This record gives sequence, C-alpha cells and structure tokens, in this order.
Amino acid sequence: MLGLEKKDFNLLMVVVALSLFAPLILNIFPKESAFAFFNGGYPDLMQRFAIFGIFAIGFNILFGLTGYLSFGHAAFLGVGSYAAVWMFKLLGYNVLPGLILSVVVAGLLSVVIGFVSLRRSGIYFSILTLAFAQMMYSIAYSDLFGRWLGITLTNGETGLQVYNNDPQILMGPDSSTVPHIFGLEMSSRLTLPVGPWEFVFPVGYYFCAIFLVISFYLSIRIFRSPFGLMLRAVKSNNQRMTYTGLNPRPYTLAAFIISGMYAGLAGGLLASMDPLAGAERMYWTESGAVVIMTVLGGVGTLIGPVLGAGTIKYMENIISKMNEKLLHEWFSFLPESLEKAMVWSASWFTGEGWHMTQGVVFMLVIIFLPGGLVQGSNKLFGRRKRKSTDDAATKQPAE
Amino acid sequence: MGILEVKGVNKRFGGLQALGDVNLSIAENTVHAIIGPNGAGKSTLLNVLIGKLIPDTGSVMFDGQSVLGRAPHEINQMGISRVFQTPEIFSELNVMENMMISCFAKRDGSFRMQAMADMFGEKDVVEKAEKMLVDMEMADKRYDHTAAMSRGDKRRLEIAMCLSQEPRLLLLDEPTAGMARADTNNTIDLLKQIKDERDITIAIIEHDMHVVFSLSERITVLAQGTPLVEDTPDNIKGHPKVKEAYLGEAA
Ligand SMILES: Nc1ncnc2c1ncn2[C@@H]1O[C@H](COP(=O)(O)OP(=O)(O)OP(=O)(O)O)[C@@H](O)[C@H]1O
Ligand SMILES: [Mg+2]
Repeated sequence: MLGLEKKDFNLLMVVVALSLFAPLILNIFPKESAFAFFNGGYPDLMQRFAIFGIFAIGFNILFGLTGYLSFGHAAFLGVGSYAAVWMFKLLGYNVLPGLILSVVVAGLLSVVIGFVSLRRSGIYFSILTLAFAQMMYSIAYSDLFGRWLGITLTNGETGLQVYNNDPQILMGPDSSTVPHIFGLEMSSRLTLPVGPWEFVFPVGYYFCAIFLVISFYLSIRIFRSPFGLMLRAVKSNNQRMTYTGLNPRPYTLAAFIISGMYAGLAGGLLASMDPLAGAERMYWTESGAVVIMTVLGGVGTLIGPVLGAGTIKYMENIISKMNEKLLHEWFSFLPESLEKAMVWSASWFTGEGWHMTQGVVFMLVIIFLPGGLVQGSNKLFGRRKRKSTDDAATKQPAE
Repeated sequence: MGILEVKGVNKRFGGLQALGDVNLSIAENTVHAIIGPNGAGKSTLLNVLIGKLIPDTGSVMFDGQSVLGRAPHEINQMGISRVFQTPEIFSELNVMENMMISCFAKRDGSFRMQAMADMFGEKDVVEKAEKMLVDMEMADKRYDHTAAMSRGDKRRLEIAMCLSQEPRLLLLDEPTAGMARADTNNTIDLLKQIKDERDITIAIIEHDMHVVFSLSERITVLAQGTPLVEDTPDNIKGHPKVKEAYLGEAA
C-alpha cells in the first residue's frame, strides 16, 4: 500500500496512530493526580516531539544511511526559522510561504556547506560541518550580513520577530495576527474534559504531526529505493563503490541536501508555532542534540530517530521542571534526614541537572543497547535479530 | 594492437621503484597472467590500470582511449572491472543487495537519482542479479549476510559483481589466495567457464602455478617492477630468467 511493503506500511500506521492519539496517550494521568506532573500532553511539548522528530528523521537519512556524521545541522534549523519569520514579516502570518522558503533556503545552504564539507570524510567532515555551523551562528548573532547591507537581517542577539510596522503585504484588515494556515490559528485548541482527565487537542501540534507523518513516509521510500541502497553502499565500502563505476560524491551530496531540507522544515515549523528566530537555534549544542536523539533511538533504523527525539524532548521538558520544592513534596513521606539526603542527590539529576540524566541515560543505552531504543524494543518483544545491521531493505526469502 | 596497451609506465614510492618502465600489451579475448615474486609490483600495476594510482610517467590505453587522468568510476564505466587481493564487497549488506548495486551501476551509470522507486520493483535489475547468482551457484545464499561468509564465497560474490557489469577487461588479483584446494579448483572451473561463455579479456595475477598454467594463454613475468619476459605458458615453464626471478639465483 502507498508503494510500501506490509512491514513498512504497518510501521507508518504506528506513527500515524501515535501522532493522532498523542494528546490522549501523553495525558494518561488524571489532572489532579500525583502523577499529572509526568503528563507530556501539553501543546508546547507535543509540537516539539513532532518537529524534532522531523529534524532527526532527516538527520538519519544522512548519518544513518551514508555514515557521514554532521555536527552542524543546527545551521539548517536556524536558517529555516529565520526564513519563516521573514515571510511573516513581509507577507503575513499564513505559515505556508514561510515553510516553503525555509525548506528552499536550507536546501540552498546545504548545497554550499555540503559541497565543501564532503570533500573530506570521517572526523574531518564532522569538524568542517561544525565549523560552518558555528560560523553561521556568529554571523547570525552579530547580524554581520545585515550590518554590511545596512538592514536588519537576523536582528542579532535580540532575535528576529514580527513588528506592527512590518509590511505584511498579504494581510487584510481582519487577518489573524498570529501564525495560521488559511485562517486556522496554530495556537487554537480544543480542550476536552473527561471525568478527572483533561485532554487538549492543539491545532499547531496536529499541523506539525501531519508533516511528521509525511516526512516519515518519504524517509521509508528513500530507505527502500535504489538511491537508499547507494547511500548504504557509501557507508559500507566507498572503495568498492568507486570501482563498481559509481561516483559516491553526488549521492552523499544529495543525502546531505535532503537532510538539510528536513532540518529547514523543522526550523520553519518551530517559527510557525512561535514566530521568533534566534541565533541560539544554530548553536552547536543543538547540532549535538540531534546526534544524540538519532543515536539514542537507533541510527539507520526507520523509527529510531522519532523515538529518540521524543525521549530527549520529554526528558528535557519534564525533568528540568522538577525543582527542589517538588522533590521535597515527593520525599516528604521519608524521615527528615533521609528526605534531605534524597532531595540532595536527586537534585543533581533534575531541574538544571537534567543534562546529567540525559548523559547517564545516553551512556546506559550506548553500552547496553548499541542499536539504540529500537534494539531495546526488539529485544523486549522478542523479535529475531535482523540479518542486516540496519533496518533497511532486508527481504526474506519466500517460504 | 591489444585491448590494453601499457607503455613506459614508471611509479616510485619515495626511494622505491615499484614499477620501472613497464610495457605490456594484452590481446582481446585472451587470458593473460602476470606472475612474479612478492613485492614485484603486480598489484601496483593493477592500481595504475584502474585509476587508483597515477603513474609518474607512461601511458595506459584501453581500447584506444587513455585511462590516465580519469576518475576510477569513469574507468570502470569504460569496461574495466577488478577483483581485489582481499575481497572488497559491501560487507554490511546481504548478497542480493551487493549484486543489485553493481547491476544498478551497469544500468544507470555513475549517478542516478531514484529516491522514490522501490529497489525491488526494478524488475530488470532484480532479474539480472538473481540470474547471475544462479549462474554462480550462489542463489541459496541470496539473503546471507556477507560479513560472515567464507573467503571463497566472498571472492565468488566479488567476481559475480564484476561480471554483472559485463566488463571487457576483468582484472583478478590473486583470486585463489588463501583458498583450500577444492575451492581453488572450483575457481579455475568458474574462470574457464567465464572465458568460454563471454567476450571477455582476463588479466590474472596469481602465485599458484597450477592456476596460471590451467588458464592463461600468455604470461608476463614481473620482477622488481620490470617485465622480464612475456611468452606462452609452455615457453615460460622452463625459462631460466623465471627461475632466477623466483629463486634469486642464476640458473
Ligand atoms: N601505496 C604504496 N606506498 C608505498 N609503497 C607501496 C605502495 N603500494 C605498494 N608499495 C610497495 O611497492 C612494492 C610493490 O608492491 P605490490 O603490492 O605491487 O607487490 P605485489 O607484486 O602485488 O606483491 P604480492 O605478491 O605480495 O601481492 C612493494 O615493495 C610495496 O611495499
Ligand atoms: Mg599484490
């Protein structure tokens, strides 16, 4: 169906179902219950699941298939956001032109960065991409190009935002003044109280989820295509590829551009949810985050990046919200000295310390599940180890 | 004029003259063996032929066209395929995927963007790959993971991949090295069959004289980077210079 084999189609349906029912699944704890804190079903977080899922899916097309580890993908995320905000400023708040431009601009930028960086492989490639992204960050942070041109391009450290006196030439007198798609505002939502539960269905989240599903579908198609096979050939044996009459360079460059465009789309969506763009979105920690998401979920697998992005964003949002007051409440059943000790040790891993938790989880996964969360779930559900190290196209013989 | 004409090729690695004034002509549709002691420069010569190394001086013409200055993938597309001394295959992929890569390379050239097609939906490629596996008696190993295969099987797969490209010149670098006797004999049979069934020129480097004398029509002896003699197998057998090269003493 849809040009997919049954196994892949089922996987796509899993992603569709998860996206559809996320507001229910992530709000499993009743509103007033002790565990309501762990609910992740609020719009801001759900959007991030979808957006960073897209980012990681695209990253995995490059890293998972070709093995080229880019440490500068945040640059594409950032320019995507800037491009979208510029469209809001010039045209108006309909997000469609912004999303198109963010993909196009990120694509063009990745042609340049990819063309130069792909002249090297391995660690040198990683460092080149990192250098490019940090350069982009500095340019955006100081609005270097803007100052040359005598205009505001990125608005430096303040960040780019929409002002009342911006042209917004497509805006009518009663157009919406927040990002929308043909009038449907991203920030609008449907709240559904069911007994003690409260479910929120945000427009913005579902808008992002549609892109997530499309992105996921396209990545399956790429994985199963002759092009995807060639990308895996690049990773496996560059030498054999060359002496088989294939030129690895354009294949890797194409993969680089595609993954850059995915990142641009993610950046555009971030700006569509909240019409701001800042240089910090290009900072190297953002580039590192997408590497961690992909590796944590399972490099080279189809669904791994989505799982990884979800896990990291959940931890980032939930664990960083655990403050000392909350910890005291949780451990209040313990004798006082013990409570203090527990709060003290837990505070290392919560709130600001959520990076510690991320680090520990990451290390545990890498050591015990080198194949990421996907390997973990395969073990859990007793699935036979795949014959191919990666999840891609392994046809089993017909019985 | 042979299909391959090597003239005055020199290659130095620092102080080492790996190839010294190599002249070699390989006639079309023959099996030409290149023999010589370890370090004679045999693999280096093949490296020059496939564009992996650029010689310091000299010319290499394949079918009337110069090979030098072309990228390795272009040289392969001209019709030269090489089987390496240590098998070079896509060891993360299974046998069928390995075959399909070379079949796609033959059909589509060095680059073609086909990102939305299903690779197993490309019937012509799938059929060709499967037929080649049947011909090579590897059909039952179709979905095997190549990393775990025996050296003989890896070599067989590499040969199959090269053949699926329908090369005009097939270069074999010690195809039976490290093989058991039975495997070696299988390889000899396989190569004989290839030679009989196709319009193909084969250049084979080999230490195993049994293999060399069973297959080749001409033999070039290389020593210290320079061809000593070139002749028919019968004449090479008792040649004093050959004994000298191999045993390091005057006959
Ligand atoms: N890339 C290189 N850099 C430096 N020296 C090299 C290089 N490649 C080969 N050599 C040297 O050139 C000489 C010829 O090597 P080559 O591999 O061509 O020998 P060979 O005839 O194939 O030997 P064998 O039978 O052992 O495979 C050797 O002394 C080798 O060490
Ligand atoms: Mg050699």
